[in-house]
Amino acid sequence: MTTLTLPTRRQEEWRYSDLDALAAIWPTPAPTRIDVAAGENARHHLLQDAGEGAAAVHDYAITIADEARLDFHVLNIGGKFGRVTFTVTLGKGAHFELNGAIIGGGDQVLEIITKVTHAEPDATSGQTIRSILGQRATGSYLGSINVARNAQRTDAFQSVKAMLLDRTATANAKPELEIYADDVKCAHGATVGELDKQALFYMASRGMDPATAKTLLLKAFVAGVFDDVADEAVKDRLEAAALAKLEALV
Amino acid sequence: MLTIENLTNEIDGKAILKGLSLSIKAGEIHAIMGPNGAGKSTLAYTLGGRPGYQVTGGRASFDGVNLFDLEPHERAAAGLFLGFQYPVEIPGVSNLQFLRESLNSQRKARGEEPLSGGEFIKLAKEKAGLLGLDMEMLKRPVNVGFSGGEKKRAEMVQMGILDPKLAILDETDSGLDIDALKIVGSGINAIMRKPDKAVLLITHYQRLLDYVKPDYVHVLAAGRIVKSGGPELALELEREGYAEVVAA
Ligand SMILES: Nc1ncnc2c1ncn2[C@@H]1O[C@H](COP(=O)(O)OP(=O)(O)OP(=O)(O)O)[C@@H](O)[C@H]1O
Ligand SMILES: [Mg+2]
Repeated sequence: MTTLTLPTRRQEEWRYSDLDALAAIWPTPAPTRIDVAAGENARHHLLQDAGEGAAAVHDYAITIADEARLDFHVLNIGGKFGRVTFTVTLGKGAHFELNGAIIGGGDQVLEIITKVTHAEPDATSGQTIRSILGQRATGSYLGSINVARNAQRTDAFQSVKAMLLDRTATANAKPELEIYADDVKCAHGATVGELDKQALFYMASRGMDPATAKTLLLKAFVAGVFDDVADEAVKDRLEAAALAKLEALV
Repeated sequence: MLTIENLTNEIDGKAILKGLSLSIKAGEIHAIMGPNGAGKSTLAYTLGGRPGYQVTGGRASFDGVNLFDLEPHERAAAGLFLGFQYPVEIPGVSNLQFLRESLNSQRKARGEEPLSGGEFIKLAKEKAGLLGLDMEMLKRPVNVGFSGGEKKRAEMVQMGILDPKLAILDETDSGLDIDALKIVGSGINAIMRKPDKAVLLITHYQRLLDYVKPDYVHVLAAGRIVKSGGPELALELEREGYAEVVAA
C-alpha cells in the first residue's frame, strides 16, 4: 500500500504545489467521500485554517446522483501548503455549486483543484473562486470540466478572480474544458487584478486610513462567496475567519 | 484657513501648476473659474494629496499646519473635503458603510469616540433629507449606477455627514438639472456657510454662484491665478469670455 510515490511538478495538478511541505505529510489519507443520493440536497463546507508552517491536504471524492444537489463552501487560508481538491461526478439533472475563497500571505502556497465530470444529460455546475494574495504567497485554481458524449444540455461555469496585494504574490488560474457532447453551455472567466487606486484615494479623501480602506475593498471582493451559506453559525465562522485573515494581510 | 504660496507641481514629469498663490479665510467663499485644462482639478487633487500629483515647490498651510506633511486621510481628518469632478464608483461597498468607516476613521484620528450605528443612521438620514436624496440610494454601492446628478448630490450628502472645515468642490454643479442645482446650492449654504468654515468652488458657470454667492472670484489659467475680484468678475467672465478678461 505504501508504494505511492511523491508527485512531481511535471504532473499538471501538482505543478504549483509546495512539494517539500507535502513530503512531510505524504502519503495523504484517502479522500473524503460525499455521495448525495438521488433527489437530495446537501451542503458541506471546509475551513482550511491549518497552523503556521503546516501542510494540509483535503481531497473530496463526490458523486451527486440524479436530480440531486450539493453546495460546497470552502475557505482556504491556513498552513504553509493548503490544498483542497474536488473530484465530482454529476448524475442526470444534478447540480454542483462550489463557492471558494483563497486568502494567503507570507510564503503560503494555497490551491483549489477541481475535476467535474458531467456524466449524464441536464446537469449543471457552478464554481466561483476568489483569491487574495499578498507578500510572496501563491494561490492557484486548476479546474477541469469534462462533459461526456451523452451529457447533452450541460450548463457549467467557472468564475475565477484573483487580487494581488504585492508584486511578489502569484495567482494561477487554469480553467480547462473537455467536451464530447454538442449541446453544451460552458462559460469560464479568469481575471487577475489589484486594488483600485482611484477607489483607495477616494476613500482616503474621506478620511479612511489605508488599512481600513483596503480591508473594505477586499471584503467587497470576496463578499458573495459565503452569502448563501444556509447555517448562520457556519456563515459567521467563515466570514470572521476570512476577515481576520484579511486584516492580518493589509 | 488655507494659504497657498507659489505652488508648483508635476504630473508624470509635466509641470501643471506654475506658481499658484491663494489665501482663504474662515467664513469666506471663493470661486475659481478658468479654461479647460488650466489646472483647476489639479489644484484640488494636489491639495487632497492624490498619488502622482508631485509637489515640486511652494507651500500650502491649512490652519497653520503644512498640508503636504499630512497623508490624504489625515488631511480629511484635519477638516479638508474634496468634492470630485468625477466621483469614483466602488462596487460592493455601500454608501452607508463607506461613510460610517470614513467618519469613524476621522473621529479616531481626532481622538473622538466612534458614532454608534444608530447615531450614524440618524445623521445620515438628516443629511440625505437636506439634499433630497432617498435613503435607499445610500444603501447602494458608492456611486455605482448613479446618474451624473445623483453622484454630485451624494457627494454633498457625504460632505454633510463629514462636516469639514474647508470644502474644495470641483464642478459640483456639472450634471445637475435646474432643480437639483438649487437643492445642492442651498445644501452647500446650509452645511458650509458658517463663520468657522470656508469653501473653494471650482465652476464653469455663474448658475451655481447665483445660489452660493462667492466673496471672491479668481481666474486660473495656465497653472496660475491670473486675476482675482469680487462676484462681479464671474458675470464679466460669462459676458466676455476668458480671452478678454485675462488679457485686460
Ligand atoms: N495624469 C496626467 N498626466 C499628464 N497630464 C495630465 C494628467 N492629468 C492632468 N493632466 C493635464 O493637466 C492639465 C490640467 O488638467 P486639469 O484636469 O487640472 O484641468 P481643469 O482646469 O480641471 O480642466 P476642466 O475645466 O476641463 O476640468 C491638462 O493639460 C491635463 O491634460
Ligand atoms: Mg477639472
